Amino acid sequence: MTQAPAVSIKHLSKRYSSNGPIVIDDLNLEVRAGEFVSLVGASGCGKSTLLNILSGLDSATTGTIEMAEQSTLMFQESALLPWLTAGKNIELALKLSGYPKAQRKARAQELLELVHLPHAYNQRPHELSGGMRQRVAIARALSQGRKVLLMDEPFAALDAITRDLLHDELVRIWEETGLTVIFVTHNVREAVRLGQRVILMSSKPGRIIQEWDVDFNEPRRIDEANVAELAHEITDRLRNEIRRHAS
Amino acid sequence: MPANSKQNSAHPLEARKEAIVSLSAGLDALETNVAPARSRRKRILKSVAPLAAIAFVLLVWQVAVSLKLAPVWVLPSPSMVWASLLDQANQGILFPSAFNSLRKGVQGFAISLLIATPIGIALGLNSALRAIARPLLTGLQQLPSVAWVPAAIIWFGLSDATIFAVVLLGAVPSIANGLISGIDQIPPLYLRAGKVLGARGFSSIRHIVIPAAWPGYLAGLEQGWAFAWRSLMAAELIAINPALGPGLGQMLDTGRQLGDMSLVLGSIIVIMIVGVLIERLVFSPIRQRTLRNRGLVIAK
Repeated sequence: MTQAPAVSIKHLSKRYSSNGPIVIDDLNLEVRAGEFVSLVGASGCGKSTLLNILSGLDSATTGTIEMAEQSTLMFQESALLPWLTAGKNIELALKLSGYPKAQRKARAQELLELVHLPHAYNQRPHELSGGMRQRVAIARALSQGRKVLLMDEPFAALDAITRDLLHDELVRIWEETGLTVIFVTHNVREAVRLGQRVILMSSKPGRIIQEWDVDFNEPRRIDEANVAELAHEITDRLRNEIRRHAS
Repeated sequence: MPANSKQNSAHPLEARKEAIVSLSAGLDALETNVAPARSRRKRILKSVAPLAAIAFVLLVWQVAVSLKLAPVWVLPSPSMVWASLLDQANQGILFPSAFNSLRKGVQGFAISLLIATPIGIALGLNSALRAIARPLLTGLQQLPSVAWVPAAIIWFGLSDATIFAVVLLGAVPSIANGLISGIDQIPPLYLRAGKVLGARGFSSIRHIVIPAAWPGYLAGLEQGWAFAWRSLMAAELIAINPALGPGLGQMLDTGRQLGDMSLVLGSIIVIMIVGVLIERLVFSPIRQRTLRNRGLVIAK
């Protein structure tokens, strides 16, 4: 049974100026609807650039992107607007997606409850911890009603305990909502912990060099032997790729 | 569907969710700090300290008068200035003057705000426009607006139009420049977040650009008010016409003409008090609230 791809990238290349270096080189990728894909690579592999292009913040130099559904993007920092409360941040996203005014407040509260922050509505971003802010950011992204969630190292700035918890949380939300997730990270274990598929990119220029299917069952844990084993294999491949740049 | 094998066994899924919820709640509780309330003593000290400074100035002033460092028509005592102000109040001049000046100041400031805001947004967001117009704006801001009084009198005569022209030329550049630097200081992340949320064009200006630029904009508004107020006083002092109604500038000029130093000093003090009151009652609370809401102040 083949599902229609949610995202289909063909021969995508990106350079920032006509004589500048190639950032992404002839990248081809299909992501199924409802799939969770982790994208790993060292610095300079163009993984953030790829998400910017997919989210429409940047444009491709050549190649085509077909998206069956609209996407939204989550950043490494929470990017919550500091002049609005957590609830109002979500309500603004609802408003800008054309959600009916009368139901915005109730919907925002519902989304906060989904990320287990039922009392955060009136709290300001600076009053929340980093993990709480990222959960509000997840709720805000979900409020837009888009089917594709692009995540750019969203947990990189969090402490390890909070990050592990947010892994569980994200997977639970993904299972509940059936979203398509493209998750960019430089943390190989995180990629294996979360993804159904891990895609490894080379750096300068960014290309896909290998991919692995991850068929472990949930609940997975980042410290499980099978996660560690696969991460080990991917890290070795990644290190070989990085060594190539030494000469 | 992603949750393939787990859906037929709802119970473990619920247990997993419960584990996440309790863990989240524990972590959130550990990571949330309740800011301690500012101590009562510090609050009292903070409100009393400025009064002490004023008392000190009055004391030095009184001592200088008592030592007869200068004749009283050069340096009247605080009580003489107070008596002069009481006299103006009894004659029905003081309060109408103060209210009339304040009304013109507020009106001029409001018009300045309406003119400066679109200019600031246009120049803040469009670098080509800015390259053309920013030097002009900065030049206007550097120029003391009192320099415009003679020109305004020639153009508009001794009318309210003259007064407002001078106030506008004083306040508009400050407000516009404040908004421009506020826009310059917007972290790019907020603009990107706004785009991802779907804010475009006007909705981006309304929901992202203006609130994100607000701290700089507010500083421009405060400075704009100060410029509006002093431009107004300068204009009132020079453009004297009974048809303009009473004003603090006129009151000051009357004191000069009568050689009444008590009235001159009294008028200066009232002009200062109005300025301070506006700052304390309008701008300061807004600024405090802005900083607190955005977590830019740590409770001391």
